[in-house]
Amino acid sequence: MAIVESSTKVELGGTRGGPDVPTLRQDRWWLQPVVTVSILTAFVIYSTWAAFQNKNYFVGGRGIHELISPFYSPCVSNQCVPGSGTGFAVHTWAWMSPALLILIFPLGFRMTCYYYRRSYYRAFWWSPPACAVADGHSSYSGETKFPLIIQNVHRYFFYFGLVFNTLLTYDAIRSFHMNGGGWGLSVGGLVLGVNASLLWLYSLSCHACRHLCGGQVKSFKAHPIRYKFWKFLTPLNAQHMKFAWVSLFFVAFTDVYVRLVASGAWTDFKLF
Amino acid sequence: MTDVTMKVWRGDASGGAFENYSVTQQEGEVVLDVIHRIQATEAPDLACRWNCKAGKCGSCAVEVNGKPRLMCMTRMDTLPEGPVTLTPMKTFPIIRDLVTDVSFNYAMAEKVPALLPPPMPEGGYVMFQEDVERSQEFRKCIECFMCQDVCHVIRDHEDNKQHYAGPRFFIRTAELEMHPLDTNDRREFVREEMGLGYCNITKCCTEVCPEHIKITDNAIIPLKERVVDAHYDPVAWLGRKIRRKTKMSSTEAAVQPAP
Repeated sequence: MAIVESSTKVELGGTRGGPDVPTLRQDRWWLQPVVTVSILTAFVIYSTWAAFQNKNYFVGGRGIHELISPFYSPCVSNQCVPGSGTGFAVHTWAWMSPALLILIFPLGFRMTCYYYRRSYYRAFWWSPPACAVADGHSSYSGETKFPLIIQNVHRYFFYFGLVFNTLLTYDAIRSFHMNGGGWGLSVGGLVLGVNASLLWLYSLSCHACRHLCGGQVKSFKAHPIRYKFWKFLTPLNAQHMKFAWVSLFFVAFTDVYVRLVASGAWTDFKLF
Repeated sequence: MTDVTMKVWRGDASGGAFENYSVTQQEGEVVLDVIHRIQATEAPDLACRWNCKAGKCGSCAVEVNGKPRLMCMTRMDTLPEGPVTLTPMKTFPIIRDLVTDVSFNYAMAEKVPALLPPPMPEGGYVMFQEDVERSQEFRKCIECFMCQDVCHVIRDHEDNKQHYAGPRFFIRTAELEMHPLDTNDRREFVREEMGLGYCNITKCCTEVCPEHIKITDNAIIPLKERVVDAHYDPVAWLGRKIRRKTKMSSTEAAVQPAP
């Protein structure tokens, strides 16, 4: 038996009470992991399919009533559908869908997000599957070793996320530019606008954002502006889980909507 | 009034088993009331810890139907129908029946470096309300150690007790780190000596906290972000170099102030 060093002697490995079973919980603790696995798996399958399609991700052109899927924005390839490109090509490989380069960043942001970590550690890794239910692994080193130590880069994905949110907001504004040079709103423009707003809420409610804006200071009194930021972000942070799920659903819905309009299966109705 | 079967773990370090007690549950009763009735009628030698019976001392923490709960705050009529299972907290060694040896927590408490204020200025120390409010939440902890019990890092991996302090001591550390009068820098200490990186933020500690402290969101994640500032972020490292600032090593931070 090892001993924890302190003036209070603690012998590790003492006999524990209770029966030697994985859990004594009688409620449906398995329901939450099942739901999480189902939703995240469905999203991964859909986004992978959509990323490899490399078509039907853009509607419009010449700055008129343009709709672009968030999976393909910004399109930084010379293989982009005419009108959807940024004029800046990171790669020129015809076989590579422009979405594959883009999705690394939002995927990285969500993979390292504190809320999603909680969800997938429970649901996929069973570490643990639910509270007071036995861990699915015989040994455990948490986020102290490679590869999970990489989770500490979360704030850098947050910075990239802000850039993407800005670009998606710009995409939404572009969609308000209607035929004839005027401004208006179509259902597609509304979808793009709501999508960008939800992504902003998800990013601003992020724990890293709350820390960087004010949480890291020792004294709020000495940093009154950062305190105001922190105070504004704290209630948003409490809703982070909600924003994480809603923005995930909506980003997929936005891609579906643009895809339907671009393929001609759906008409983008003008609201005003 | 309804009859209910209480399946209570009876035993000590040499072994044990469930024993069933059939009792009549009265309106408004909590689990601790029923245990007291069992002690008074059927099993006077049944061992359990309790003190305030008001959810403020944290003594009566056990596992009710497999989840850590305070017996004095768990109403019988909120439990699902069927036998009620009572077991001692799984993470700590058993002493007898529902009583466990929680010395591990006291050993960890000793490791946390205490508040290190600057020399007293003329007129005394001044703290402002906005700074007091942030760490006030952590002062609500009643040390029931249910967060420690439910934390899978030590619940399912006994060997981690050598290098992992647990949620209770992360909120204590966060409280000190956020204290405007503290001059210590515990960021390397909490990473190296308290094993913050072992926490994978599954939020079970927050789920079971009887004081509803947002342990993960307000203490553990802010601490993890401070550790990123001190140890992992290359831009923060560059900033320290340019401003010629240093961070404390875990050995420097471990120094306790003179009494």
